[in-house]
Amino acid sequence: MERSRGESDPRLFIIPYRLASVKRIIAVMSSKGGVGKTVVATLAALNLASKGFKTGLLDLDFTNPSTHLVLGVNPLDYVPEEEKGILPPVIHGVKYLSIAMYSGDKPLPLRGEGVDNAFREILAITRWGDLDYLLIDTPPGMGDEHLNLLTYLGDRVEIVLVSTPSKLALKSVERLIELLRDGGYKILGLIGNMDDKGLIEKYCVERRIDYLGSIPYDPEFENVLGDLESIRQTIIWNKLDEIVDKLVEISRG
Amino acid sequence: MVHEWALAEAIAEYLDNMAREKGTRVIEKVEIRLGMLQGIDRDVLDYALKEILKERGFTVHNIVYRNVELLLRCRRCGYQWSVSMDEVDEAVREAIHFVPETVYSFFKCPRCGSRDFEIVSGRGVEIGEITWGE
Repeated sequence: MERSRGESDPRLFIIPYRLASVKRIIAVMSSKGGVGKTVVATLAALNLASKGFKTGLLDLDFTNPSTHLVLGVNPLDYVPEEEKGILPPVIHGVKYLSIAMYSGDKPLPLRGEGVDNAFREILAITRWGDLDYLLIDTPPGMGDEHLNLLTYLGDRVEIVLVSTPSKLALKSVERLIELLRDGGYKILGLIGNMDDKGLIEKYCVERRIDYLGSIPYDPEFENVLGDLESIRQTIIWNKLDEIVDKLVEISRG
Repeated sequence: MVHEWALAEAIAEYLDNMAREKGTRVIEKVEIRLGMLQGIDRDVLDYALKEILKERGFTVHNIVYRNVELLLRCRRCGYQWSVSMDEVDEAVREAIHFVPETVYSFFKCPRCGSRDFEIVSGRGVEIGEITWGE
């Protein structure tokens, strides 16, 4: 992690060490909301764990954390244990951390400074231990959470983009790609969501972005959120299973 | 061992970086400011910090702790207030202890009810003045 001259927040100095035993950090990003980042990040983490990888999941959406809804847990029941920091609890085989373990489902409005502080505090005190993969669910937008992630962990983080085929979402992802390419950040590729016509693959060819696969629209998925056994029977899980294989393959390559 | 250890490690890492720049591992005096909101246990932090600094080969003559009173200011109506953390529910205090920003889930401006307030002072752990030795 590069630190600018004069940086004097001690928390920033310890963050790289907290993540030193994490082999790969994958952030799931999209500037547009509602395109499936949370489902992709959470299911990818669960899928990696089911394949035997040591996996973590960090919910970086401080103001609207929702990964716990996909996992089907009440975050207040999983307050992390303290051991020279905090130890993320293991849920369905995944080491998991969300600010909702402290704030529950209460509103948590944060301005930039609050986001910066929450980011630094959580990353400075969390002991992930040995992990093959740490998946990070990010909020929509292109704001403080993303800039923190890129500025302080940009040399470690690999980015998976998610988009629906909507023109609005694609315009949004285009801006994000420009930002990431300008900064020289590593983009693993783009996942299409609710992409029944294969438009995302075409988009990827046009924009020279690696295509990771597409997830079809499944109107029943909402009904199985939080129920892992049922989630595993869905087409979304099956498609993500293939996408995760691809991500693992990329790391081997 | 509680999470103060993690913060002590962060402070030590910072001092380690500074020490390399200064070319000395002797600290005459370092001031640590403890914001009252986070409710850091001073004795635990002190124990952890001394242990870690000793392990890292530092000689530290004096660590001075200074409590910083909590002051909040509402951005909507300008009201300023403080909260005595001893009077806050234990579960809330615990949440704020780990991640002070959860204060925005639990506190509101007592005058207008807004959650858009500023922590003017007294948030968490900060390093103050450092006097390096030879």
